[in-house]
Amino acid sequence: MNQEELLYAPTHEWVHVGEDGIATIGITDFAVEQLTDLVYMELPDVGATVTAGEEFGEVESVKAVSPLYSPISGEVIEVNSGLPDELEVLGTDAFGAGWIAKIKMDGGAPESLLNHTTYKTQIAGEG
Amino acid sequence: MSSTTELLKTPLHPWHHDNGGRLVDFAGWSMPVQYTSIIEEHNACRNGAGLFDVSHMGRFFFADPNACEFLNGLTTRRVHPMAAGKIRYSLMTKEDGGVLDDVLVYHLQDTTGAPFCFMVVNASNRQKILDWLTQHGDLEKLGFEDRTTKTAMIAVQGPRALEIMDPLCETAPSTLTYYHGMMTKVCGVDSIVSRTGYTGEDGCELTVPADDAIQIWTSVLEKAKAVGGGAVGLAARDTLRLEAAMPLYGHELTETVNPAQVDVKFAINLKDRQFPGRDAIAAARKDNTLPRRVGLVMEGKRAAREHSLIYLGDQQVGEVTSGTFSPTLQRPIAMGFMNMEHLEIGTEVEIDIRGKRLPARVCQLPFYSRG
Repeated sequence: MNQEELLYAPTHEWVHVGEDGIATIGITDFAVEQLTDLVYMELPDVGATVTAGEEFGEVESVKAVSPLYSPISGEVIEVNSGLPDELEVLGTDAFGAGWIAKIKMDGGAPESLLNHTTYKTQIAGEG
Repeated sequence: MSSTTELLKTPLHPWHHDNGGRLVDFAGWSMPVQYTSIIEEHNACRNGAGLFDVSHMGRFFFADPNACEFLNGLTTRRVHPMAAGKIRYSLMTKEDGGVLDDVLVYHLQDTTGAPFCFMVVNASNRQKILDWLTQHGDLEKLGFEDRTTKTAMIAVQGPRALEIMDPLCETAPSTLTYYHGMMTKVCGVDSIVSRTGYTGEDGCELTVPADDAIQIWTSVLEKAKAVGGGAVGLAARDTLRLEAAMPLYGHELTETVNPAQVDVKFAINLKDRQFPGRDAIAAARKDNTLPRRVGLVMEGKRAAREHSLIYLGDQQVGEVTSGTFSPTLQRPIAMGFMNMEHLEIGTEVEIDIRGKRLPARVCQLPFYSRG
């Protein structure tokens, strides 16, 4: 994925909105770096309905459990089922092979999502 | 990110800040939770030598060695008479047996051979214990001084810890037996060196003047790096102590927990002694209705965390107080409290992890002990 074309939630999820109304979502490399030592990820179920801003899964590091918030609303049509067994992929390719789920969008992307520049500004203040 | 401007800072704070330490509020102190990866830091300590800034711990100095006799009236274990050079782990309890803190009491000699008494308390309990001591004795008469901010405390832990520390000290720490301490020069500076720690590894802890802390830290760190070690943050300190099944105040030890529940017999001596909480501990030992500390192992990757509930069938039989994914064992481990009738090793239970019941098994503590 071209990071400059993605949208970002302030909670560090990314979303790629496809022309077919199918969105691919994941978590950013910044999130992965902040979490460190990932050991477990709980994916949503295919067929589940997700709502923008609400929890759809969780990621667990040695230290703590962090919820994953859906950046968009819609129906889960596919999940990266191999990802929980190879979480190290998130460390090397968070925006590609580390995708988490594909969502059939219900409406457009929320306006609260950030573009690449705005998101970069946000994380510069957090890191 | 929360502001850390009003937090207390250890003398090593500038070093943490400049070397990638992720600083968080820990008991009112700005402390490094990790520098790189928790697992890497954990393994650096288990396999080489880890350096920990533990300067946030409260350090109480008593010029009058009679302080040991005074403290002996408040500790669950005898700390007087105790030969000079000895250190003891003990608890301080209230009348109802609730734990105020777990502490180390040192009886040492200064460089002139004059004996003194020293006590290390948890950062979160420093004021509470100071108040408790003030209520029970004349601290001024005992030459009391809170040296927490005047000194730094560095733990050097791991299988290679003593070998790297020996050449840096005037008297080698390896000449000390476990739970003994001394005054000696570390990198040329008068310091307290003790063969103590909180990781399950061999090693020592150094109490050094605040102004010399960074110089000593960087000298030790250089040696540690040469044996595959490095700086370790509070997160890995927690995974290390948990694998070693050492209780942590606020988790396994609290004001509502009786020491008899925690399985720390080595820290309790009731015989011919009087201290606040003594009778409550004696009574709790015979009370089979009180839950007892338990160790649990799980399969997979999902760890039980503090407050996760433990079930046997439909019945809730306990609660988790500490849990993590164990870097050494490569599986989730947890400590908690469970009803006595289910404590047999191998008992299969379930732990509710955010709505899902996952299997766990009662196991022997500690989860890890060094070879």
